[in-house]
Amino acid sequence: MKSVRIGAGQGFWGDSPFPALDVVRSGNVKYLACDALAELTLAILQKARQKDPDKGYVEDLFFKLLLQPCRQKGVKILTNAGGINPHGAGRMVFELARSLGIKGLKIAVITGDDVLPKLAELREKGVDLSDMESGGDISTIKDRIVFANAYLGAKPMVEALEMGADVIITGRTSDPAQFLAPMVYELGWSWDDWDRLAAGILMGHLMECSAQSTGGNFSGDWWNIPDMERIGYPVAEVYENGDAVLTKPEGTGGRVDLRTVKEQMLYEVHDPTAYITPDVVADFTSPRLVVEGPDRVRITGMKGKPRPENLKVSIGYSDGWMGEGTLKYSWPNALKKARKAEEITRKQFAALGISFDEILFEYVGYNSLSGPLATGDGADLNEVGLRIAMRTSDKMTAARMPRLLPPLALNGPPTATGSGGMARPRELIGMWSALVPRDEVEKQVQISIREVG
Amino acid sequence: MPRVMLVELAHARSGDKGNTVNIGLFPYREADYELIKREVTAEKVKEHFAGLVDGEVTRYEVSNIQAFNFVLRGALNGGASRSLRSDSLGKCFGANLLRMYVDIE
Repeated sequence: MKSVRIGAGQGFWGDSPFPALDVVRSGNVKYLACDALAELTLAILQKARQKDPDKGYVEDLFFKLLLQPCRQKGVKILTNAGGINPHGAGRMVFELARSLGIKGLKIAVITGDDVLPKLAELREKGVDLSDMESGGDISTIKDRIVFANAYLGAKPMVEALEMGADVIITGRTSDPAQFLAPMVYELGWSWDDWDRLAAGILMGHLMECSAQSTGGNFSGDWWNIPDMERIGYPVAEVYENGDAVLTKPEGTGGRVDLRTVKEQMLYEVHDPTAYITPDVVADFTSPRLVVEGPDRVRITGMKGKPRPENLKVSIGYSDGWMGEGTLKYSWPNALKKARKAEEITRKQFAALGISFDEILFEYVGYNSLSGPLATGDGADLNEVGLRIAMRTSDKMTAARMPRLLPPLALNGPPTATGSGGMARPRELIGMWSALVPRDEVEKQVQISIREVG
Repeated sequence: MPRVMLVELAHARSGDKGNTVNIGLFPYREADYELIKREVTAEKVKEHFAGLVDGEVTRYEVSNIQAFNFVLRGALNGGASRSLRSDSLGKCFGANLLRMYVDIE
């Protein structure tokens, strides 16, 4: 039976590229697929492009480290690192290939996910762009929109592979699409073979967060995960009939077993019977998982349902500013001191007329990761950090607020230190999700291929 | 009635999407699946997260992998990119769920 091996190369912008090298060197893969775009990433990239129109794509070590080894091994790369400017990323890879003396490399750039210029037209056509989560009307944010991108599926990437692409760069895609594309291309799956497409999506979902299926961020006996310092990124061996095995490269750390795989299987999933992607609706309650050897989990019996009529659009809008500062207090009575500092700053904000939409006081070392679920009275903690975060509509207030903290070292409760923790004001981005007719997006998709001469 | 902390019985991972957090909950032993199904209801999880979660909690059974998926709406102070919280991505919700006490027998 035909099969293909695909490796994961990146789980987010900032992920380590070194395990991707292990995948290329010893993973015996034909494809390296990457997910570089978290929900928030486009907001950061949009700002970068505003400053420099050539930017707006994910710039990191990835291609510098991986392009040459991939070329030598004949491994093709698929990534959504194009962000808000896929052509910019394409040019970067082109120049890099040229400087490395790589000849004959075909770089495909896929665009069409950006629907920001089309939003007004869509509204005129009567497309309901209300937020799927809150039900809010788009008119309430329309003047503050920073980006609007549809999630594309695997189809344009499969077309690029058919055109001979060695490197494929896209903007926003559904996270598992980069992984599904080489399966469809290599195994000849048809676009209405819902069960197989769903199997591919599940495998993509298991690989899109890099080591989260191979022992990273594992909440069970994480202390027994071997060699986390050289943890292996996942590799999928996928068969023509949709059966698949999740594994990792020989000689790497980490662990692939039922527990590590199951944790990733439900990661960021809502209704498990309907994991919606542009290419298929996958039913995660259908497959059977079996350990078939060391670090090998076999996944069979996956079921899928027809793809949705609409595509999801992710819209980011400017939503005020966050001011943030931290002060640390030592034993004795660290929590009590921090609480006193909260009381003082609240009174000072009022006296100075500092107005804000929302304020949050967290006690780092006591409740900053658990909020009201924190237990114990915290009376004998070694140290506590008071973290103040404020939401304001204007940048000045967000910048001014943390400046009230350093004086407390001399003028407040004893042992305050670490007042270097004044963060620069950060622009907050609200996220908005809406559905648009598939055709409105797909008709603007373009694939361009350029060969390094 | 004897009770144990959920961390003794299961492992969990949480993640974010917009202002929603989901928690996958995985019993270590198959035998505890029914116990957790009985004890860790959507209602109890909503109560457990009072003050952190504003919206509804839905529970899905994923019996093929002996797991449960909890979806918590209005859980992230507006969502990762506008949240004031240290845990803006909801990474610790799974651990926080494991602090829940459940009655055994």
